[in-house]
Amino acid sequence: MYQFTTLTAVVAPLDRANVDTDAIIPKQFLKSIKRSGFGPYAFDEWRYMDIGEPDMDCTHRPINPDFSLNQPRYQGAKILLTRQNFGCGSSREHAPWALKDYGFDAIIAPSYADIFFNNSFKNGILPIVLSDELVQQLFEEVEANEGYKLTIDLPSQTISTPSGQQIRFSVDPFRKHCLLNGLDDIGLTLQHADEIKRYEDARRISMPWMFND
Amino acid sequence: MAGKTLYDKLWDQHVVRMDADGTALIYIDRQLVHEVTSPQAFEGLRIANRKPWRASANAAVPDHNVPTTDRAGGVDAIVDPISRVQVQTLDKNASEFGITEFKMGDIRQGIVHVVGPEQGLTLPGMTVVCGDSHTSTHGAVGALAFGIGTSEVEHVLATQCLLQKKMKNMRIRVEGKLQPGVTAKDVVLAIIGKIGTAGGTGYAIEFAGQVIRDLSIEGRMTICNMSIEAGARAGMVAPDEKTIAYVQGRPFAPKGEVMAQAIEAWKHLYSDDDAVFDAEVVLQGEDIAPQVSWGTSPEMVIPVTGAVPDPEAETDAVKAGSIRRALDYMGLKPGMKATDIPVNVVFIGSCTNSRIEDLRQAASVLKGKKIAESVEMALVVPGSGLVKQQAEQEGLDKIFTDAGFEWREPGCSMCLAMNADRVPAGKHCASTSNRNFEGRQGAGGRTHLVSPAMAAAAAVAGHFVDVRSVMA
Repeated sequence: MYQFTTLTAVVAPLDRANVDTDAIIPKQFLKSIKRSGFGPYAFDEWRYMDIGEPDMDCTHRPINPDFSLNQPRYQGAKILLTRQNFGCGSSREHAPWALKDYGFDAIIAPSYADIFFNNSFKNGILPIVLSDELVQQLFEEVEANEGYKLTIDLPSQTISTPSGQQIRFSVDPFRKHCLLNGLDDIGLTLQHADEIKRYEDARRISMPWMFND
Repeated sequence: MAGKTLYDKLWDQHVVRMDADGTALIYIDRQLVHEVTSPQAFEGLRIANRKPWRASANAAVPDHNVPTTDRAGGVDAIVDPISRVQVQTLDKNASEFGITEFKMGDIRQGIVHVVGPEQGLTLPGMTVVCGDSHTSTHGAVGALAFGIGTSEVEHVLATQCLLQKKMKNMRIRVEGKLQPGVTAKDVVLAIIGKIGTAGGTGYAIEFAGQVIRDLSIEGRMTICNMSIEAGARAGMVAPDEKTIAYVQGRPFAPKGEVMAQAIEAWKHLYSDDDAVFDAEVVLQGEDIAPQVSWGTSPEMVIPVTGAVPDPEAETDAVKAGSIRRALDYMGLKPGMKATDIPVNVVFIGSCTNSRIEDLRQAASVLKGKKIAESVEMALVVPGSGLVKQQAEQEGLDKIFTDAGFEWREPGCSMCLAMNADRVPAGKHCASTSNRNFEGRQGAGGRTHLVSPAMAAAAAVAGHFVDVRSVMA
């Protein structure tokens, strides 16, 4: 499982609202039966000038110079800064798989779609919610300063800017605990197997129509 | 103490344990599985040497990747080798882990959200999950149904539970009556246009009011299906006599004495009069006109009598930017009338609108007519083999093919263009599906979300028209 404690990294801006999961990883790449290898196709339709197909070698594809993530100053970024309702659309976990494989370990936005938000934590990506005003401020700072880096400290739930500003963020305590310790959800749940069994046995008696075995 | 909402009741019935911070372990009655979001979950089970907790709680069906043209050659004849491997992998996993599957050659095969209710696998009072955001569809029978990611698919397979925080309650009431020609699809598009694609984020939505009560179960499915386009993972409608009549007699539905017990229990699944909702939205049915989406987000929707918006009139800079980008992608001009938008491709299908009533609606508009010359491609893709069979018994296939439509095999098809069915770049598609994102139906394709009746009317005219003006 993935662990997340602290991160100091370059921030890449993606100045669009409602970035959907079809944009993060177009459907032709969902045919893979693996979890890895989606990074080169993240944002495929915006990132390249040609049409991407699964298993394509991306090293020689024509890149779109206008797409922010293609700019040299944002190479190696591990923090994605974007606008509201990021990750809307389908439930495909391929979206966080692609972002993680691309190199992102954290996202900062004013809001996220629910399923994407959930999926991110399960793949070691920390989705941070900040106010519209703070997000706007960070966009301006990123734009004005080449090599702009932020430090994200999960234990203390703070982001430090280069000027020394400390920004607090909130995170669900359970998800924080899992990320800090790299815990496997299934293993945690199976610690309660007896309780699940008891619930299920009682349900078989009270609501037998729920069971077809 | 305040009463409970339908969602509160469904939630309470499924809590196995609750931690102090509000994280609950909730029991899942039914998981539906398809080929795209499951291979990595089964692989996870194999790596950890885990077995499904209760294999019979799951059912599988391939839908996203299956060809909708001739299937005589079976799975091995799927042309795209990567799609073929994915469908073969589902077959292999279902058989290895002992999960019921409706395979590609089975008449019961179809879109997972059509097949679940059709087979009686989805029942009132259940928790239903699937690795697909349109799982909210199943809420139409009074289930708590929502989409999950692949890690959660694996979690449900291994534990029959999910870790969840309770959502907030929203009620959307649609009161009054719909005008003739206005359908469930128009209602849900109007709702999304009103509250926006993030309006329901963090909420479970209950759809209520006279218009919802008057809808058939299939119409309610269309509404619940698009809850996620309003940001809500779950949408639901309280079960009533129509729900019970719908469920009764389906292959996996309870029978005899057990069914009688179930019906008694289902009568308690409604929001109490004094239940408190965190948010409430009201629409008046009479005010809803047939809808057409103009942009690249489902909230970018207008009545067919309206015009495409002008970014100059938008004061919010982020929104104005979104409108500009959408107009550019869609090849439209500000102020253009909806009825002046040309239509080159027509797609009738998807988990939103591929059930028998949808096909009947479209056929009633098309009967005796031909598609316009400017329409290059027109597809009807029934939601399941059984829907297809029923339509053929009613002669609907003949109406479609006489009009110039292609009559296809069931699957997700052009809704997301994972198989060979795609909208060519730059072409406008009148589509009964649920998402109009950039590239959704094919790179560069321009999607306009409409009802089946509106899609049929557009096919005949070659541009959008108010279906109310062409109805007999």
